[in-house]
Amino acid sequence: MIKLENVKRRAEMDAKTHGYFLTPDPDFLQNLLEGLKENEERYGYPSCPCRLASGNFEWDRDIICPCDYRDPDVEEFGMCYCALYVRKDVADGAKPIEPIPERRPQAKIDRASGKPPEKKIPPDITGAAKDTNRKFFYCKVCGYVTFREEPPHICPICRAKQEFFEEIVLDTKIKVR
Amino acid sequence: MDRIKVEGTQKDHQVLLYALSTCGWCKMTKAFLKDKSIEYEYVDVDKLNSEDRDLVNKDIKKRGGRLAFPTTIIDDKTLITGFKKDDISKALGL
Ligand code: SF4
Repeated sequence: MIKLENVKRRAEMDAKTHGYFLTPDPDFLQNLLEGLKENEERYGYPSCPCRLASGNFEWDRDIICPCDYRDPDVEEFGMCYCALYVRKDVADGAKPIEPIPERRPQAKIDRASGKPPEKKIPPDITGAAKDTNRKFFYCKVCGYVTFREEPPHICPICRAKQEFFEEIVLDTKIKVR
Repeated sequence: MDRIKVEGTQKDHQVLLYALSTCGWCKMTKAFLKDKSIEYEYVDVDKLNSEDRDLVNKDIKKRGGRLAFPTTIIDDKTLITGFKKDDISKALGL
């Protein structure tokens, strides 16, 4: 049995670490936490309450909460797909909570609906960088490095603001001798 | 695949909701319909086996939608992805 209390604490801590807030509506929050608990009980990992999980860990990897889409969604819309994690202006009620578009690629969504898709999904679907615009950023204050679309809201390590992040441009040559 | 029927006094429209038992927006949609006393049927897709899930996916796609929750289908023709209150109200003539 997973305790709701623990699910809540984990979400609160994660929000704090990343400079986000949990959804301000208490009933809505309760529903989402219960959804996460339910998913953790039936699948063994807390997959997104608002998305259909397959039950296959590899296929659900990108939607285990906090999902791969949270950071770009909070950045762009002020909230994640479920509206569990929100930005400060949303938490304060300055911006309303409303449904946002789904960022997860269609091929991954289809895979979760159960049957093998008609067309074979190319093997690089699970590749980290290929289906995103993620880049490397480093925190100029503490050196923390992250790989995502935009620099984080605050540094999860030293809490420096977004302005302290700089993109790392990699220029690598691989030589085979 | 079993649909669960929720009784209501407003029966002018046929309303089908594809939902997840865990999703906050789906709960909001169910509460909204109930609040307006709309009679509707729903399917919690996360509780279905993979064959039925696939049928739901195909059904939604056939109607021009994508597998996202909630998906509301009104009178077998209007498909609304997500809890878009205004669109749902309009399709129901509220
Ligand atoms: S959309 Fe929000 S609640 Fe759902 S997995 Fe992502 S971060 Fe968690």
